[in-house]
Amino acid sequence: MKLSAPAIQFEKVSRYFGEVKAVDAVDLEIRDGEFFSMLGPSGSGKTTCLRMIAGFDRPTSGRIILYGQDVSTLPPYERDVNTVFQDYALFPHMTVGENVAYGLMIRKVAKAEQMKRMEEMLDLVQLAGYAARKPSQLSGGQRQRVALARALINHPKVLLLDEPLGALDLKLRQQMQVELKAIQKRVGITFIFVTHDQEEALTMSDRIAVFRDGKIEQIGSPADVYERPATPFVAGFVGTSNLVSGDMAARITGDAQTFSVRPEKIHLAAPGQTVANDAYSADGVIRDVVYLGLFTRYLVELDGGGDLVVVEQNLKSTSMDVLKARGRAVRLLWNRDHISRVGG
Amino acid sequence: MPSNSNGEKASLGLKLGALAGLLFLYVPLLIIFLYAFTTDETTYTFPPPGLTTKWFGVALGRVDLWRALALSMQVAAVATVAALILGTLAAAAVYRSNFFGREAISFMLVLPIALPGIVTGIALRSAIGTIGIPFSFWTIVIGHATFCVVVVYNNVLARFRRTSGSQMEASMDLGANSFQTFFHVVLPNISTALLAGGMLAFALSFDEVIVTTFTAGQQSTLPIWIFSQLTRPRDRPVTNVVAMFVILITFLPIFFAQKISAEASDVEGK
Amino acid sequence: MLTRVSTYLYQRPRLILFLLLGPPMIYFLVVYLGSLIALLLNSFYYLEEFTGLVVREFTLETYGELFTPSNLGIFLRTAGMAAAVTVADALIAFPLAYYIAKFASPRARTWLYIAVTLPLWSSYLVRVYAWKLILAKEGIVSWFFEALRIDFALDWILSIPSIGGSSLSLSPIGMFIAFAYIWLPYMIVPIQTALERVPKSLLEASGDLGAKPAQTFRKIILPLAFPGVVAGSIFTFSLTLGDFIVPQSLGNSRYFIGQAVYAHQGTSGNIPLAAAFTMGPVVIMLAYLLIARKLGAFDAL
Repeated sequence: MKLSAPAIQFEKVSRYFGEVKAVDAVDLEIRDGEFFSMLGPSGSGKTTCLRMIAGFDRPTSGRIILYGQDVSTLPPYERDVNTVFQDYALFPHMTVGENVAYGLMIRKVAKAEQMKRMEEMLDLVQLAGYAARKPSQLSGGQRQRVALARALINHPKVLLLDEPLGALDLKLRQQMQVELKAIQKRVGITFIFVTHDQEEALTMSDRIAVFRDGKIEQIGSPADVYERPATPFVAGFVGTSNLVSGDMAARITGDAQTFSVRPEKIHLAAPGQTVANDAYSADGVIRDVVYLGLFTRYLVELDGGGDLVVVEQNLKSTSMDVLKARGRAVRLLWNRDHISRVGG
Repeated sequence: MPSNSNGEKASLGLKLGALAGLLFLYVPLLIIFLYAFTTDETTYTFPPPGLTTKWFGVALGRVDLWRALALSMQVAAVATVAALILGTLAAAAVYRSNFFGREAISFMLVLPIALPGIVTGIALRSAIGTIGIPFSFWTIVIGHATFCVVVVYNNVLARFRRTSGSQMEASMDLGANSFQTFFHVVLPNISTALLAGGMLAFALSFDEVIVTTFTAGQQSTLPIWIFSQLTRPRDRPVTNVVAMFVILITFLPIFFAQKISAEASDVEGK
Repeated sequence: MLTRVSTYLYQRPRLILFLLLGPPMIYFLVVYLGSLIALLLNSFYYLEEFTGLVVREFTLETYGELFTPSNLGIFLRTAGMAAAVTVADALIAFPLAYYIAKFASPRARTWLYIAVTLPLWSSYLVRVYAWKLILAKEGIVSWFFEALRIDFALDWILSIPSIGGSSLSLSPIGMFIAFAYIWLPYMIVPIQTALERVPKSLLEASGDLGAKPAQTFRKIILPLAFPGVVAGSIFTFSLTLGDFIVPQSLGNSRYFIGQAVYAHQGTSGNIPLAAAFTMGPVVIMLAYLLIARKLGAFDAL
């Protein structure tokens, strides 16, 4: 095994359920040691991809290669991959300790060694002293940690996480995001993380693959995917985005190709404000204002038809100020670098 | 926890109606208990002319009763084991795959208890007669297993559906092969369902008379013994004692089976 | 070694399915369905009167025998009893089912449910026997009527030709009581299930819209409980049709379907006629099931 070998390679992997193409000829390469997210709406094929890596599902065609070895048809117990399940899948009839040590028990590791490593793992996920409890006595966040410890105890080459934070409330979820990332750095294992939450993917990942209808729309770093969405779908799914096409695009940029621009990149300026060389502009009227505390969202109807969403931080303005803006004529300005040409 | 606070109370009429229904179900059984102690030997006189416990001793000494009881126990035990195996296999198959015709399988397994017992009975009898197998212990067991399978099947399938499927995946994911997964994860998960289903199947078989009258040869199970007393009463006091005994011996496993099922669904509700 | 087997099987999901499904299917297809088919075939054979042997030739003659006045009487008598028992059980079951489903505390509900299902699963024969005791000439019912000095009423009931008899324990009315008793749990459980599925908000909405409790009961609860009643009636009807224990124990000399089947196959060895007789309840039940499905009863099972 070469160190530089990719952790996972998909070669034209497809998975059909009857007529439905859950995964459709996907090519993919996941690097050793990276935190890789599969992002997409439900039914986009991301979970099926994960299940095929784990071995719970098999490709209809194509190959899945794990560190150079074709594992396409191997059962889960013959793959050096472990999974944190969406519903945690803790064994209800076993204690927390027995759950965590399960992988070692199956491998017939000596009892003392099992105990030692189980306790190390519980330490890692900050659950030292919980070994004797039953899963039913734990909170959702604690169960999640047990599931993580159980999956890590075998030192897998790849850890799969299937929407593991989905059932947690917002605060806990944000805390776990940070912790997961820290744990990944410490154990140095490749993490593959499935989520439909774009913010989660942006926060934790080294790279993100955006899935749609069984295909990958774009693979890239969070910044890539956010700043330079490759398709209208990515622009819309990752964050909010204004999509401008046709005549309007031509009037603004001189080119009819569709582009996207993020609402926070656009500045509201007075009508007639000079436009710098490196900027695009559009004139319009504020039709709607939504005050959101930290920032305000404006809906601006452009003079030539169509509208753009603009978000500005409430650095100085109060709710009274911004609400008065309705009906006001404005010029919108944004840097030329901040548009992203999207296909289609 | 489902709340029952409708804000309104049950009306007196409804309470009385419900109570009447409950009494209708249980008073006749209490009367059997009373008659087990009567001194009356030849009729069913009420109120009993006197009370005695001597019939328990008499019943204990009856060899024909002991033989019938032993046969019933053996038949129920073997039929239950067969039902446990066949029912669990069928439940596992239906649970794990979405194959064509799984509805048909459920339907077929339910048929023996959905159709009148007499249909199953006469069908088995004519088939056994046609093939020419002698009526024996095993023909009784075959008859009983047909309607016991569905009880185990229903219990185990319900438990499978309640168990998160990812538990089995998690086990295999952690390195356990299918057999290890079965013993460490599946079996502990369905054990109480097997217990509940098994006890119900046992009680059902122990109690069965209609199919048995068609599939038994000269042997007499306990229900057949009682049935003969029903049509031609010869040993009334002993029959009374046996009736009480049968109520107790069949109520216990069913009671525990129901408790287990109720508790399992409580745990799930948490 | 086991791991090797496990992997081999893992890669062949169809083989696993086959291995799991094989034993139960072989048993049911061969033993059970095979027997049912044999039964159906038998009903098209006939019994040679002189030799007393079954002749395996296709004929509808045996079915023709069903249409003699006495045999038609058996069918009508049994179906009439099944209908009467069904109605009685629905009436007795409803208050208890309604109470369990909508008013009992969760704890009480569990206990009541067990109390209802205990007799459903067990002691069938003993519960018939109980009525032999209770309905006997010298038994508790007679005693009760005498104690209240209204024994003339009991005598009057027993003197009615079609339902009376020499004593309650040897009369259609006695059978009716015993049937209603033993099948009652089969009616309670589906009604309770149907009622439990009626969301509380529906009742509240009805009250909110101005319906009095009695109106809510009539307009909301009864219609929604009806599929449960129909589901329960499948059991009470089917079980009554096929039973021969109760008529044998508490009836008089006038046969019911179950007794006819039992007698034809037993004493005269006329399996074809017995088989044809069983097709009666099967056909009645199939028709009944079709109607029940239209009425939505299967959702309540």
